[in-house]
Amino acid sequence: MSQPTPVLAEAPVKSLAKPEMKRTREGFGHGLLDLGEKKPNVFVLVGDLSGSTNVSFFAEKYPERFLQVGIAEQNMMCVAAGLAAVGKIPFLATYGAFASCRSADQMRVTVAYTDLPVKIGGAHGGISVGPDGATHQAMEEIAIVRSIPNMKLIVPCDYWETRKATVAMADDPHPNYIRFGREPVPVVTDASTPFTMGKANVMREGSDIALIACGVMVYEALVAAEALSARGIQARVINMHTLKPLDYDAIEAAARECGAIVTAEEHQMHGGLGGAVAEVVVRTHPVPMEFVAVHDRFGRSGKQDELMAAFGIKSPDVIAAAERALRRKKG
Amino acid sequence: MPRLQLSLDELRERALFVRRDIVTLLARAQSGHSGGPLSTTDFGTALFFHEMDVNPERLDDPSRDLWHFSIGHVTPVIYALMAERGYFPLADLLGFRQFQGHLQGHPSKHDTPGIEVSSGSLGQGLSVSCGMAYGSRFDKNPRRVYCVMGDGEQQEGQIWEAAMFAAHYKLDNLCAVIDYNRKQIDGDVQDVLGIAPLADKWRAFGWHVIEADGHDLKRILAAFDEARATKGKPSVILAHTVMGKGISYMEDDYKWHGVPPSVEQAEKALAELGTSLAEWTRRLETHTTRAVMPSANGAAS
Repeated sequence: MSQPTPVLAEAPVKSLAKPEMKRTREGFGHGLLDLGEKKPNVFVLVGDLSGSTNVSFFAEKYPERFLQVGIAEQNMMCVAAGLAAVGKIPFLATYGAFASCRSADQMRVTVAYTDLPVKIGGAHGGISVGPDGATHQAMEEIAIVRSIPNMKLIVPCDYWETRKATVAMADDPHPNYIRFGREPVPVVTDASTPFTMGKANVMREGSDIALIACGVMVYEALVAAEALSARGIQARVINMHTLKPLDYDAIEAAARECGAIVTAEEHQMHGGLGGAVAEVVVRTHPVPMEFVAVHDRFGRSGKQDELMAAFGIKSPDVIAAAERALRRKKG
Repeated sequence: MPRLQLSLDELRERALFVRRDIVTLLARAQSGHSGGPLSTTDFGTALFFHEMDVNPERLDDPSRDLWHFSIGHVTPVIYALMAERGYFPLADLLGFRQFQGHLQGHPSKHDTPGIEVSSGSLGQGLSVSCGMAYGSRFDKNPRRVYCVMGDGEQQEGQIWEAAMFAAHYKLDNLCAVIDYNRKQIDGDVQDVLGIAPLADKWRAFGWHVIEADGHDLKRILAAFDEARATKGKPSVILAHTVMGKGISYMEDDYKWHGVPPSVEQAEKALAELGTSLAEWTRRLETHTTRAVMPSANGAAS
């Protein structure tokens, strides 16, 4: 079932109304294939989820560097640390709910305290996981991973960014966590969009309000910006793909130049992107802020779109939040 | 770097020094664990001064054997072994657990040169050692990997995940040692949460099990030889030990798991070990440069 690896050249057609849909986990899988060729010390570990996390691509091509660990996430995190201690670049893959929670202590003490280049792939991030329900919808990862020293955290917005981020992680000599999703999501970047860890991408210019988003919410923010534009409100859309280290400059500039900010994330509001952005805003240039996020609730089964709507994280929710922030800006 | 392979008499003497170091550094810090470090001392000395090929001169020597203490709380014995083996000066031991020193309460790679991976949260070290052993074998590096665990630590579920992994991947370059002193911080292991029959459990998980008196250096060396000769499966040595070994009032008493001796208690302990707090502190203070097997007395000035 080997799938062809797309070439990093063909740019997808960008259309907000009818976007190309692609899975971010496939970006992770293809990123690992890119690495397999380039870096002979890249290893991939999986906890019995090869297909779901798409590391099966790597497993087929580089079986000698693929390590099946079984349903034992705690062991997997530390085996990866041991491999890193002897010069390997281990990528491990499991669901984000398990990577960030079940093996959190292992990530904190063995991986992060030792500052080993273990690369953690958290699949099935967010409510968009859909039918699996609350236990498998990871919505606490930003809060957990961001609070651990030495960790870096990336929440890419689409297939291409996931693929590029995966490749970029291998060059960073520190521990990293990448969060990606299950279902196909709109493609909003292309093969040539720059990706630098820690450097946010401005996806749309504007100075009436800034919409700062990560993951699939970047698309929702772009749709919201389009609608706001029709009403004469020009929104800046910032793709904050790296949650740690955070791009302080982009946030401060957004606060100064736009005067109001809406954050949008597929994550619990407590300890998420919104709080991270607010930490910068209150210390540099306080402006009205609104948060589009999951409000302290567990997820549930359903379809991706109906869940996102029910949990208040679709583009209309971003628009409503922007209206609230703009009212406070004027007042 | 060749292995040191000291004689039994030399090993006994070095183990005595390590015990004196442990009591002295704990008395100075007035913080830290006494019981486990003293039960670990004899087989630990056998590891560092006979069994393992280590190179304190070049910490990234690719031919070095790898060692990892999953029981991070036994830092008094880890640091004493490291200083006696030449990783850092003996004088540094007096900075144990101090803000200014480089010897953290639990092993920290970025504070203490020579620590391969930080530890301190129980149950994780065997998995780390599995990764080291797997990666080393992949590289066709003939080195061996040693992991020291506690008996109370066997209650952690992750140990058994790692046990399955090592057997599944036939990591015969991996040797685990369990400090089987039958005590943990809340009491006797069998009362807190029984782990027996421990040897049967490891055998059932596919390991080669070796039982040995953890204070009998000759027997311990034979156990390491047996582990080295075992192919196709990982080995575990159940080192039967006595918590607080060597100090009469500490032996076999779980209350000494996590506390240091007072200065008065340390004087009594060091008298039993044939020295005094003043004499042994002077020895540590004067050895301000690294040395392999530093002398029993103060360094020549």
